[in-house]
Amino acid sequence: MNILVCISKAPDTTSKITFKDGDTKFNEDGVQFIVNPYDEWYALVRALELKEANGGKVTIISVGTADYEPIMRKALAIGADEAFRVDSEASDAYQVAAEIANYISSNSFDLVLTGKETINYNGSQVGGMIAAIIDSPYASHATKLEVNGSTAMVERDKQGGVEVLELTLPAVISAAKGMAEQRIPNMRGIMAARSKPLTVVPASVTETLTETIKFSLPPAKGDVKLVDPENMTELINLLHNEAKAI
Amino acid sequence: MNVLVFAESDNGKVAKASFEAATYGTKVASKTGGSATIVAYGKLDDASLKELASYGITKILHCSAVSDLDPSQLTRLTIAAAAESQAELIIFSHDYTGKSIAPLVSAKMKAGMVAGAIDYPETNGDFTVKTNVFSGKAFAQVKIKTDKKIITLIPNAISKEKQEGQAEVIAYSPDLGAASVSVKEFKAEGGDGINLTEAELVVSAGRGLKGPENWGMIEELAKELGAATACSRPVSDIGWRPHHEHVGQTGIAIRPNLYIAIGISGAIQHLAGVNGSKVIVVINTDKEAPFFKAADYGVVGDAFEVVPKMIEAIKAFKAGQA
Ligand SMILES: Cc1cc2nc3c(=O)[nH]c(=O)nc-3n(C[C@H](O)[C@H](O)[C@H](O)COP(=O)(O)OP(=O)(O)OC[C@H]3O[C@@H](n4cnc5c(N)ncnc54)[C@H](O)[C@@H]3O)c2cc1C
Ligand SMILES: Nc1ncnc2c1ncn2[C@@H]1O[C@H](COP(=O)(O)O)[C@@H](O)[C@H]1O
Repeated sequence: MNILVCISKAPDTTSKITFKDGDTKFNEDGVQFIVNPYDEWYALVRALELKEANGGKVTIISVGTADYEPIMRKALAIGADEAFRVDSEASDAYQVAAEIANYISSNSFDLVLTGKETINYNGSQVGGMIAAIIDSPYASHATKLEVNGSTAMVERDKQGGVEVLELTLPAVISAAKGMAEQRIPNMRGIMAARSKPLTVVPASVTETLTETIKFSLPPAKGDVKLVDPENMTELINLLHNEAKAI
Repeated sequence: MNVLVFAESDNGKVAKASFEAATYGTKVASKTGGSATIVAYGKLDDASLKELASYGITKILHCSAVSDLDPSQLTRLTIAAAAESQAELIIFSHDYTGKSIAPLVSAKMKAGMVAGAIDYPETNGDFTVKTNVFSGKAFAQVKIKTDKKIITLIPNAISKEKQEGQAEVIAYSPDLGAASVSVKEFKAEGGDGINLTEAELVVSAGRGLKGPENWGMIEELAKELGAATACSRPVSDIGWRPHHEHVGQTGIAIRPNLYIAIGISGAIQHLAGVNGSKVIVVINTDKEAPFFKAADYGVVGDAFEVVPKMIEAIKAFKAGQA
């Protein structure tokens, strides 16, 4: 079974978010980067489990500049066999998806896994766009994934519950919490990752459909108004009369 | 500009977020001199269609042939409806369905997409939209460069507004092709049915509650308020609460009118998913808990004493209103 996992780079979840160059760029100074949690904890780990059960190979792909390589090595340390980096600055979801789709069309995969979203752009876009470009079945926000021959059984989050689906492989699936349990790389994995192949592929897509013009931060909150714990009637009155929230 | 709005059907009813999307679509259309159309699918009862028809839309294209969420069929339906209504802009709600269909429509039509919009687009000059990024820690103004455009709108970002007049409902059945997935089953979450992403009021609790047996008072408080319940990540990780209640950077992001956080410390990853809430109330024994910095109202006290008092106060308030 040949599985491709799409890996993106994200600022550590504790990072303070600031911007530079007139609020047009994310300020990376002092920011630690990690593998996007959904890509690592769920998509990659489930891919490794499926390989362990059925044989095959787990390949990772990232669209990004050379500064993606440390997080790609981390994914190799967790257990991926091989890595490809499309050498291009990821600037919009369509461009990233089109690069990955190009790579998929000249290589063959039974399953393509993405995270449900990146924690920096929160688009939930790239997986679906890949599926549309390569014309594969797509299931998003999958919390469970089993493969039986050429059929994938998926449970996915939906408003108000969980939907159980069957798809015929090859398919694209985006991974959410529940699909697998996070794995911590061990020393052997980290050593092995150093000699695993990480191939740089030239960019083939130049088209972007969107462009980020400016960033901003939410306005600072005023001081908290403390209410006496004995006087919950006052809290309810404030919520009704002042905040107009109830 | 003509606008197409995708309406989500939810067990024969239209989802609340779809009324917000319809309001959004109508406003953009009227501001830019176009009209707005809705594409709806599934078994929708007449009352729901009638309600949907009263948000300033000119027509509703209703396709009853597809009821399951099949991404490729819903993609074809949307693309056909966009052609039929000559739409330049398609609006989805940023819920599970919108997140799963909009990117496919975007890639098929090469229509630039902004996911998670929190405000109306700027249409003087470049077409730009304000959206949530960094899990709610920041916003971005994103320009759509293509003629055809797609926006997914975050639930609760704008309020729904009815308008005079009723849209015409047209039975619509374009060629949808074969289904790409087969839906075997839908397992409903159960509970009182208040959907967390759409809820206007949310009561949330964390590890400060000590154990799952103590959630009775949280549920009672939520019930009295008509609120949905939520929790912090460790609480769902250890199985005290179901995972769909987990809010935050790695859970779901919500922006209710009122968020009441009980026994939650206010870690940065938790705040990321809730700081879009309009009013935040924090109840915590520790006056140094970081959550107080993000709160509008705070109660420094023990949840086991404060929450029962709050329930009493709400009951009295409701009795006074009645
Ligand atoms: C990569 C990553 C992603 C994460 N994503 C998320 C996420 O999406 N959502 C999320 O919630 N967390 C997330 N976390 C975890 C986050 O960092 C915190 O650990 C978590 O939010 C803490 O949960 P808590 O506030 O319930 O528990 P604690 O931090 O243990 O806080 C409990 C609070 O309860 C108070 N308390 C105790 N007893 C009482 C009482 N009787 N009455 C009132 N108050 C009381 C305490 O003073 C304390 O402030 C993430 C962490 C990482 C590393
Ligand atoms: N630059 C990238 N390189 C590889 N995969 C990516 C990249 N950006 C996003 N992805 C994948 O697409 C998923 C959804 O991303 P997004 O649409 O940005 O929310 C992520 O969880 C990744 O699996």
